[in-house]
Amino acid sequence: MAATQTALTDDIPVINPGYKFDTIGEKIDAVVLGPTPKGWFVGFAMAFVVLQALLAGLTWLLYEGIGVWGVNIPVGWGFDIINFVWWIGIGHAGTLISAILLLFHQQWRTSINRFAEAMTLFAVACAGIYPLAHMGRPWFFYYLLPLPNTMQLWPQFRSPLMWDVFAVSTYATVSLLFWYTGLIPDFASIRDRAKNIWVKRVYGILSLGWRGAAMHWHRYENTYLMLAGLSTPLVLSVHTIVSFDFAVGNLPGWHATIFPPYFVAGAVFSGFAMVVTLAVPVRAAYGMKDFITDKHLDNMAKVMLVTGLMVFYGYGCEAFFAYYSANEYEQGLFMLNRAFGPYGIYYWLLILCNGIIPQLLWLRSVRLNVTLLFIISIIINIGMWLERFVILMALQRDFIPSSWGQYAPTFWDITTYIGTFGLFGSLMFLFMRFVPMISAFEMKHLIPESHVHHHGDDHGHSSHGTHHEGAHA
Amino acid sequence: MSTKTEKPGLFGLLAEFETTQAVFDAANAVRKEGFTKVEAYSPFPVEGLWEAVGHKRTWLPVLVFIGGLTGATCAFFLQTLTAGAHPDSLDPLIDGTVSTLTGNMLSFNYRMNIAGRPFFSWPAFIPPIFELTILFSAFTALFGMLILNGYPLPHHPLFNNKKFERASSDRFFICIEATDPTFDREATERFLQGLKPLSVTEVPL
Repeated sequence: MAATQTALTDDIPVINPGYKFDTIGEKIDAVVLGPTPKGWFVGFAMAFVVLQALLAGLTWLLYEGIGVWGVNIPVGWGFDIINFVWWIGIGHAGTLISAILLLFHQQWRTSINRFAEAMTLFAVACAGIYPLAHMGRPWFFYYLLPLPNTMQLWPQFRSPLMWDVFAVSTYATVSLLFWYTGLIPDFASIRDRAKNIWVKRVYGILSLGWRGAAMHWHRYENTYLMLAGLSTPLVLSVHTIVSFDFAVGNLPGWHATIFPPYFVAGAVFSGFAMVVTLAVPVRAAYGMKDFITDKHLDNMAKVMLVTGLMVFYGYGCEAFFAYYSANEYEQGLFMLNRAFGPYGIYYWLLILCNGIIPQLLWLRSVRLNVTLLFIISIIINIGMWLERFVILMALQRDFIPSSWGQYAPTFWDITTYIGTFGLFGSLMFLFMRFVPMISAFEMKHLIPESHVHHHGDDHGHSSHGTHHEGAHA
Repeated sequence: MSTKTEKPGLFGLLAEFETTQAVFDAANAVRKEGFTKVEAYSPFPVEGLWEAVGHKRTWLPVLVFIGGLTGATCAFFLQTLTAGAHPDSLDPLIDGTVSTLTGNMLSFNYRMNIAGRPFFSWPAFIPPIFELTILFSAFTALFGMLILNGYPLPHHPLFNNKKFERASSDRFFICIEATDPTFDREATERFLQGLKPLSVTEVPL
């Protein structure tokens, strides 16, 4: 295992040496049990203020109607679905880190998985607002659910939009279950460490009374692995289905088989960028550099590089399809709209943000330069937003020039979008204050003392990565 | 061993260990000694400890598989029956004898003709089937684990022992419970002391 990992960064550990079982737990639990840092109040207050923009945006939308947004005919989908896809894509890195990297025995995932899973949940919460708000009459949202009703009308199950309802709600639920499963032993640790009786009681209830019995751990590891195994195809299905929202339509620029894989890669790309964007300031603020080391940032940069290349390949495919299809509408979409149309500049910005700039990540010096990496991660976040914008703007010019139109977001579109950052930020700050942000029991598994020698098993500590978690699955 | 009456209100004897290796070896020794009402405790999963104590492999994966099948079945019939599939179109699937029942049920539903596609357009039903399979499996995995483990259980006699607070931090424990047929207050304590623990203490009920 160790040999297959990159030789270049083998010298950087995933956890700095010198930690024992109790010091790992102490350090992580201290954030929850200790006093609230002043910076937290400042950060939370700022996020909470921004959250009010969401409140204002949605209130005005409900009062006045969908016309306050820039959507029109032919561009019936605007900021709402751009931001929906953007947020939900960000969420996917959390599942990738917690589930897929677990199955691949990538031990470096351990210190960032809790954090990334929280990011998933909050990103999905932000994403979920958009389709609901876009209904115009969100109080009828239950029309989407398969409920018996007096009109004897059931959902249209042949529609990708209906599949989306199932995919996104399943995704949100399973992500929550996965997150909570991981938290149970850590809540127990806080319960045992807390001095205040009420803190003890609250975390005691949250831990469900967990006492770490060997058989309980056995079932627990089984559950954890099964949830990882279930989440892996789930996360792929979610963005595949999101891409079906576009690809199943007959519209030029959308009706492409490359969409599902290219959407999934883009989701992981943007998600990892968001994890880097969040992890860099958080590890500095909470002094977690021993747990979230440069090795993590380096690995995440490599994932961004790979998924970025996949996405770039997707852009190439789109252009090639337009050319090779010999279909005048596909070619027209690309030449008259996407690349050289009214919003052509954004297409080229997108190529710059997602295709060109991430190539810097080939350089080790860039991957290990925290400031540069942070800036690149923000550029990728912007690039991935532009990607969804560019895809959506295919609606502007379709088959008949007489039906062409143009889209521009309104003040309320932008307010609502900014507001979702407030929601995301507020939830993130609450998470960091009240929930252990790093999985302590999994971190304990990273130090060599956690492993036992079974009979006839003497390869010992050097291979502990392969023993890690669920060797008994 | 003698059948001396246990001290009233004793849950068991708790031996404390400092390392994973120590608790693992001790668990093997306890199992070989013939104790059956034993449990080991650790702050994180220790490989093979459950086997060392003498537990059987969990059948949770079977439950999860059944949960997944249930999800798939529910999603298939939910869509097939409500999308307005006419009993005739289901005949290859369901024996004609059931048709009357489903026919009556379906007559209450508005049948949606979408672009002239068949009412029983099963390939389009696959994504929700897939999602509900995952959803039901995940619920079974978490709640199955919690139920089999007996959670939620906010209080447990072990929490009466002050030393057990470190079971979630950095100490490893083996508890031989008083209900074990071979449990004997003195003899069991002597046996546990022989395993070189940091301490052996009582767990009051």
